[in-house]
Amino acid sequence: MYEHLETAKRTENLKRIVVDPVSRVEGHGKVTLMLDENNMVQQARLHIVEFRGFERFIQGRPYWELPVLVQRLCGICPVSHHLAAAKAIDQLVGVDPVNLPVTADKLRRLLHFGQVLQSHALHFFHLSSPDLLFGFESDINKRHIVAVLAEYPDIGVQGVMMRKYGQEVIQTICGKRVHGTGAIPGGMNKSLSTVERDNLLQNIDQIIDWSISSVELIKKVHCSNLPYYDDFATIRSNYLGLIKPDGALELYHGGIRAKNDKGETIIDHVDYCRYNSYIHEEVRSWTYMKFPYLLSLGQQNGWYRVGPLARVNNCDFINTPMAEAARLEFKAHSGEAMVHSTLAFHWARLIETLHCAESIKALLNDPDILGQDLLTQGEKRYEGIGVIEAPRGTLFHHYQIDENDIVTKANLIVSTTSNNMAMNESVRQVAAEYLSGRELTEPLLNNLEVAIRAYDPCLSCATHAVGKMPLQLELIDAEGNLIDKLIKHGNGQVERNCVS
Amino acid sequence: MSKTITIDGKTIPFEEGQTIMDAASAAGVYIPHLCHHPDYSPHGSCKLCNVSVNGRICSSCTFPAMDGQTVLSDTHELNEDRRRITQMLFVEGNHLCPGCEKSGNCQLQAVGYHLNMLDNHFPHFYASREMDASHPDVLIDHNRCIFCTLCVRASQQADGKDVFAISGRGINKHLIVNSQSGLLKDTDFEATDNAAHICPTGAILAKRQGFRVPIGRRTYDHKEIDQVSLAESGYRPNTTLIAETEQSQYDE
Ligand code: SF4
Ligand code: FES
Repeated sequence: MYEHLETAKRTENLKRIVVDPVSRVEGHGKVTLMLDENNMVQQARLHIVEFRGFERFIQGRPYWELPVLVQRLCGICPVSHHLAAAKAIDQLVGVDPVNLPVTADKLRRLLHFGQVLQSHALHFFHLSSPDLLFGFESDINKRHIVAVLAEYPDIGVQGVMMRKYGQEVIQTICGKRVHGTGAIPGGMNKSLSTVERDNLLQNIDQIIDWSISSVELIKKVHCSNLPYYDDFATIRSNYLGLIKPDGALELYHGGIRAKNDKGETIIDHVDYCRYNSYIHEEVRSWTYMKFPYLLSLGQQNGWYRVGPLARVNNCDFINTPMAEAARLEFKAHSGEAMVHSTLAFHWARLIETLHCAESIKALLNDPDILGQDLLTQGEKRYEGIGVIEAPRGTLFHHYQIDENDIVTKANLIVSTTSNNMAMNESVRQVAAEYLSGRELTEPLLNNLEVAIRAYDPCLSCATHAVGKMPLQLELIDAEGNLIDKLIKHGNGQVERNCVS
Repeated sequence: MSKTITIDGKTIPFEEGQTIMDAASAAGVYIPHLCHHPDYSPHGSCKLCNVSVNGRICSSCTFPAMDGQTVLSDTHELNEDRRRITQMLFVEGNHLCPGCEKSGNCQLQAVGYHLNMLDNHFPHFYASREMDASHPDVLIDHNRCIFCTLCVRASQQADGKDVFAISGRGINKHLIVNSQSGLLKDTDFEATDNAAHICPTGAILAKRQGFRVPIGRRTYDHKEIDQVSLAESGYRPNTTLIAETEQSQYDE
C-alpha cells in the first residue's frame, strides 16, 4: 500500500522533519518525515523508544514478585500487566487456567473488566475526544461535530465517572487504585465481601447507561463525516486477538484467532503457550521496536493489528446483549466482513466499554464472586506463559525460572509492538494523503498525532490530550542541517525557534 | 521508693539493669528503633534510638537507666536526626517499596512514615548487591539489608546456630553467611528458625509467600509503628488501645 514510503529511493536533497514528543516514563515516539524540494514526502517513519530495560531488570528476581513489578511497565493499564504476569506464574506453580478456583478466575475477570473500562474511558474521554475536533481543517466539518457534541453536554463528566468506577473495581479487589496487589501464583489474595459487592452494584446501571450513550455519540460522530472517518489513516490489515471457545469476544483468557482483511481465518483457537510457533518478531535497523508477524504469512504480509478494532472484528458475537447489538450496527455500517477504518478503533473501544460494564454487572450478580476458595497449587514448572487482551491489545508475558525460583529469562510482547507495523502504515498513509505536496503547518502535523492516538499506543504521547502534547518539530535538510524548529509545549504554547 | 527517670517530662519508673529503651517501652513510651528487639541483647548500631540524657546524646537501647536521669526523645532535633539516618539507610541499599513484598510489614518503611520522611534527601547509591536464593525455603535479598544484626543475634541466641555475620567496615559492611560456599543452602538454617522471621526489612524472607496478605491486612496498614512496637514489647495500656479503625487507607 504505502510501503514504498518506508525507505526513500534516494535520500540526497531530501529535507528531514522530526516530530519528537518530549520523553516520558512510558517511552516516547518520534515521527520523521523526509521531504524533497517540492515538499513531497519521500520517507515516513514512526520510531517508538520502548523501555526494553525492563526485561533485564526482572531477570534475577523471584517469580512471585512479577505481577507486582510489571505493573510499573504502564501507567494506564498496570492491571493488564499484573494479570498477564499472574497467568504466567500460575503455570510456574503448576496451575493451568482451567484449574484456577472458580472464584479466583471470576475475581480476576472482574478486575480486568474494571481495568479495561477505566483505560478505555481515559483513552476516549480524556485523550481522544479532542481528536474528534482535530484533523478537520474545514470549519464546516468542525461544526458538524460541535453540533453532535452539543447533544451530549454531560459526556465529559460521564467519562470521568466511568473511569472512576473502573478504578473503584480495581481498588476493591487490589487494595489500591494503582499498583495494588491481588493476583498471586495460583489465585487471588483476597475475597470480595458482600458489602464491597453491594457497593459496586449500586452504580453499575448508571455506568451501563452512560456506556450506551457514549456508543451512540461515537456512532453519530463517525457517521457525521463518513468519508473522513472511513478513510483517515485507514489501512487494510490482518487482525489478531484472543477468542472464547464459542467464538465470542474475550478479554481475559482464550485461544488466539487471526483473520485476514477479508475476514478469512488464518489461525483459530491456538493455545497461546505455543505462540512462538505462530508469531515471530522481526528487527529492523532504524528502530528498537520489533515488528511481530504471523509466520504462515511471512514478514512481508504477516503483520497484524491488535486492540479493540481487532477484537470486535474477529469475534463472531459478544455475549452481552447491548454490546452485541452495538457490534452488529458497527459491522453493518462498513458493508465489509472487516472494518478497516483506523478511527473506528474509537467506536470499537466504546462497544467494548459497554461490554465491560454489562459484564461487571453480570459478575457482581454471580454468587461465585463471593466465594472463599481462592488459591490452588500443583507441581512446580520452569516456564510460564500468560496472555491477556489488554485495553490496547494482546499482551504476551513469557518467563523462565531456575531451580531457585529466580527469573532467568523474560520476553514480553506488548500491544504497541504488535501494532508497530500498522501504526507505521497509518503514519505513511496520512503522510502520503494529507501532507504530501503541501506546506507543513501545525494542524497538518496534528493529523499524524490523531492517527497514532487511534491505536492508543503505550507511549507518552498517547497520554497527552491533543494540543497538549509536547512536540518538537525539526526541519532538516539532506545534509543533516537543521533549517527550522517548531516547539509545542505541554501547555499548548507554540514557539518558533528559527535557526539561522 | 522505686527509682525513676523522666522522658520528655514524663516520670517513668525502672528496675535495676533496665536500659532507657526497656524502661520507656514498659511505660508505653515509644522511642524509634531498628536494631533493637526486646528478645535479644542490644547492639546499639543503628542510632535511631538516640536520646539526650542529661544533655548528652546516647543510644537508649544500650544506655542503662539511672535514677534521676532527664531524658529527651521526642524533640524536633532528635527526630530530625532520626529522619536523616533513615534517609541514609534508604539510599544506601535498594529499598524499592512499590515492588517489595515486605511493604506494609516493613519496619524501615514504617519508621520512615512515622518520622514523616517524604523523600530520600540524599542521592541514591544504587549499590550493586546480590541475592542468595540457594536455600529451598528462604531467600536473602541483600539489596534490603540494613545491617541491624538481628538475624546474627537471633541465630546465635535463639536458634543455637551461627548462620550469619556482618563483615567489612563502613561503606563495605555487608551481611555474610557462615558457610564454605557463602551460600545459605550450605548452612543448617531452616525456615522455622527465629532468624528467618526477625528481619525488620525484606532482606530475609520465606519463599513463595510474597503478596499473600492483601493490602489492608498488613501490619502497618492501620496502625503506626509506635503502637505495634509497644504492643510487641509487652506493653499493655490500662485503657484499651484506640479501637482499630477500619477506615480505608488505600490512597497514598
Ligand atoms: S538481613 Fe535483615 S535482620 Fe539481618 S542484618 Fe540485614 S536487615 Fe538485619
Ligand atoms: S535501636 Fe538503638 S541503636 Fe539501633
